Amino acid sequence: MPTMNMIQALNDAHKVLMRRDEDVVVFGEDAGYFGGVFRVTEGLQKEFGKTRVFDAPISEGGIVAMAVGMAAYGIKPLIEIQFADYIYPGYDQIVSEVAKMRYRTAGEWPMPMVIRTPYGGGIFGGQTHSQSPESLFTHIAGLKVVIPSTPYDAKGLLIAAVEDPDPVIMFEPKRIYNGPFDGHHDRPVKPWSKHPASEVPGGHYTVPLGKAAVVREGNALTILAYGTMVHVALAAVEDQGLDAEVIDLRTLVPLDIEKIEQSVEKTGRCLIAQEAPRTSGFAAELSALVQERCFYHLEAPVERVTGWDTPYPHAYEWAYFPGPKRMKKALEKVMAD
Amino acid sequence: MSDKDPSLRRNAPKLALHVPEPLFRPGDTPDFSSLKIPGAGSAPRPDVAAPAPETHPLTTALVRVLGEDDKAVGPWDPKLDPETLRKMLRDMVTVRIFDDRMYRSQRQGKTSFYMKCTGEEAIAIAAQSALDRDDMHFPTYRQQGLLVSRGYPLTEMMNQIYSNKGDKLKGRQLPIMYSDKAFGFFSISGNLGTQFPQAVGWAMAAAIKGDSRIAMGWIGDGATAEGDFHSALTFAAVYNVPVVLAVVNNQWAISSFSGIAGAERATFAQRAVGYGIAGLRVDGNDALAVYSAVKWAAERARTNAGPTLIEFFTYRAEGHSTSDDPSGYRPTNEAKLWPLGDPVERLKAHLIAIGEWDEERHAAMTAECDAAVRSAQKESEKLGILPEQGKDGVETMFDDVYADVPWHIAEQREQALSEGRD
Repeated sequence: MPTMNMIQALNDAHKVLMRRDEDVVVFGEDAGYFGGVFRVTEGLQKEFGKTRVFDAPISEGGIVAMAVGMAAYGIKPLIEIQFADYIYPGYDQIVSEVAKMRYRTAGEWPMPMVIRTPYGGGIFGGQTHSQSPESLFTHIAGLKVVIPSTPYDAKGLLIAAVEDPDPVIMFEPKRIYNGPFDGHHDRPVKPWSKHPASEVPGGHYTVPLGKAAVVREGNALTILAYGTMVHVALAAVEDQGLDAEVIDLRTLVPLDIEKIEQSVEKTGRCLIAQEAPRTSGFAAELSALVQERCFYHLEAPVERVTGWDTPYPHAYEWAYFPGPKRMKKALEKVMAD
Repeated sequence: MSDKDPSLRRNAPKLALHVPEPLFRPGDTPDFSSLKIPGAGSAPRPDVAAPAPETHPLTTALVRVLGEDDKAVGPWDPKLDPETLRKMLRDMVTVRIFDDRMYRSQRQGKTSFYMKCTGEEAIAIAAQSALDRDDMHFPTYRQQGLLVSRGYPLTEMMNQIYSNKGDKLKGRQLPIMYSDKAFGFFSISGNLGTQFPQAVGWAMAAAIKGDSRIAMGWIGDGATAEGDFHSALTFAAVYNVPVVLAVVNNQWAISSFSGIAGAERATFAQRAVGYGIAGLRVDGNDALAVYSAVKWAAERARTNAGPTLIEFFTYRAEGHSTSDDPSGYRPTNEAKLWPLGDPVERLKAHLIAIGEWDEERHAAMTAECDAAVRSAQKESEKLGILPEQGKDGVETMFDDVYADVPWHIAEQREQALSEGRD
């Protein structure tokens, strides 16, 4: 089976989708001829033509609004916002229109579309190319939120997202586009080709939305993570030699609560990892759910590992990023007594 | 879905989507002979208090001063003294050398990112020369010339680029996202277009307070597609705001040519027509034309005659940034073939043509500029380069989120510091 990095897997998903359904159209800033600044849409314009794959003006509000109009017409927009940090001019369209349209029209105008956007830090992108704004979207009723952590999942989730009847926003952890970065920024990153989830089947397959994956089985504690933090968590439990169960959420909304409950009930301890700032982050929602639903199984308070409540500082991104040291401390805390 | 079945409306013509394409792609031989370049001196110069519609023919013209013979010609000749011309040339040469050295620094791993303004040096420098020292700029990311023109220390700029101990922004901002209140230079944002309406807001405040200082907002051709561009023009028009609004049309927004921002249909200067404000389209590679147009617009603003939208027509001679390789989307020799030439060479040729400059003096000045940039770099690198940062800055990285540090951030600072000690 061919191995792919996450960019190639996402690119392949586009091809599969566009070959199967000529209603799928792709656009975004630099997404047409050039194939996107991260090259996810490379070669698509050549294969599918300029009216299905094209460059968009630098107007995120416009890009999302065009997608609303296209979805209203009945075709399937699969759009790229170049960086998640750039999504805010499109936020009104997403929050007030995309998310609420099915509800406010009692199902008359569903908004099936996919908004892809690279997020997260670790590339010295400063505060406008590093943010993790997923909780601003998980908070909005009507949106599904997906975050892959491997090439295999990225392709399968993207196909499932485009085939889903509701709007889906996919945050792509750009730090792991080219390899499963585990938080050790001082070590070379292994390429995806050494990772089993880089084996990506050609053709059509889906990773269903709303289904988490147990990426490591264990009995001593449960770690909930998504995106880059899945790999950071895996490396941390290996380093600490802990019998941890690591759950890659893959979809944040709707959440696979069953898998979380089963695991926490088994282990009795829970650590949640997110790169985003701490206050009102998605980890807070997870923490509340776990304590509401698994309280009598818990042997220790639920612990969160997060970024800080500051903008992402350019020079100090490794002091900001929730890396191995923060993981270690939190693991020690959640495993105490 | 039946409502999209084209067969239902059999007698109607089939609709078609137009997706703009640039004139040339990699492999093509650029030929710009189809570009209409009006002769220098041909554009009329309305009175600074003229009603806005009088300027509107100029939104499709091109204000140019430097003629084929390198002499200044026509009503827009600002008649600058040679000292001012030589200062502008010196600043432009400095910026070009600065850009080359910082680009190389990034390639050497001394910092994460850099953006050159090669080919666009005349715009920021001549525009700034036409304003007063205390007027306020809301720049975007290719206006390093504003700082150089105002005599900002090159070392300060480099300290920011290296995020080093001398960086007044404390390592928080991406390289080149300068900010300096004392130099009338507002903080650069990585999000496009945001500064353009902010310039209007600053100028509104100046008008509210009966001040005499004006503001100048800057934006690129690509970012005019953002809603913020239109907010700026709307507010500027509604309140007759004392502001100069500049679109630097360098033809490329990363890989998207200006047609993706609407340039196939109208010039960027023509945006002024719909808002009923003054508009000018200017040869951005002609320092004298840039100076003259900004002087005109500044006087107009200062006398409460209204805002002006100026399009500087130029060409981005290098990649968007150190993260970009333009050979993937445009011919590599386009910059060389650009019909409006190189702004540094043109100003130099003008000074020579009027007998105020020669090759020898130019070589000597270039050597001086080069030495100044090198010495600034040496000084800055003593304060560190990006890969050496990251530990001693942890303490300050929690400051300035708010005026005071709330409990949760104080706790996080303690945690971060303890991580650093391990």
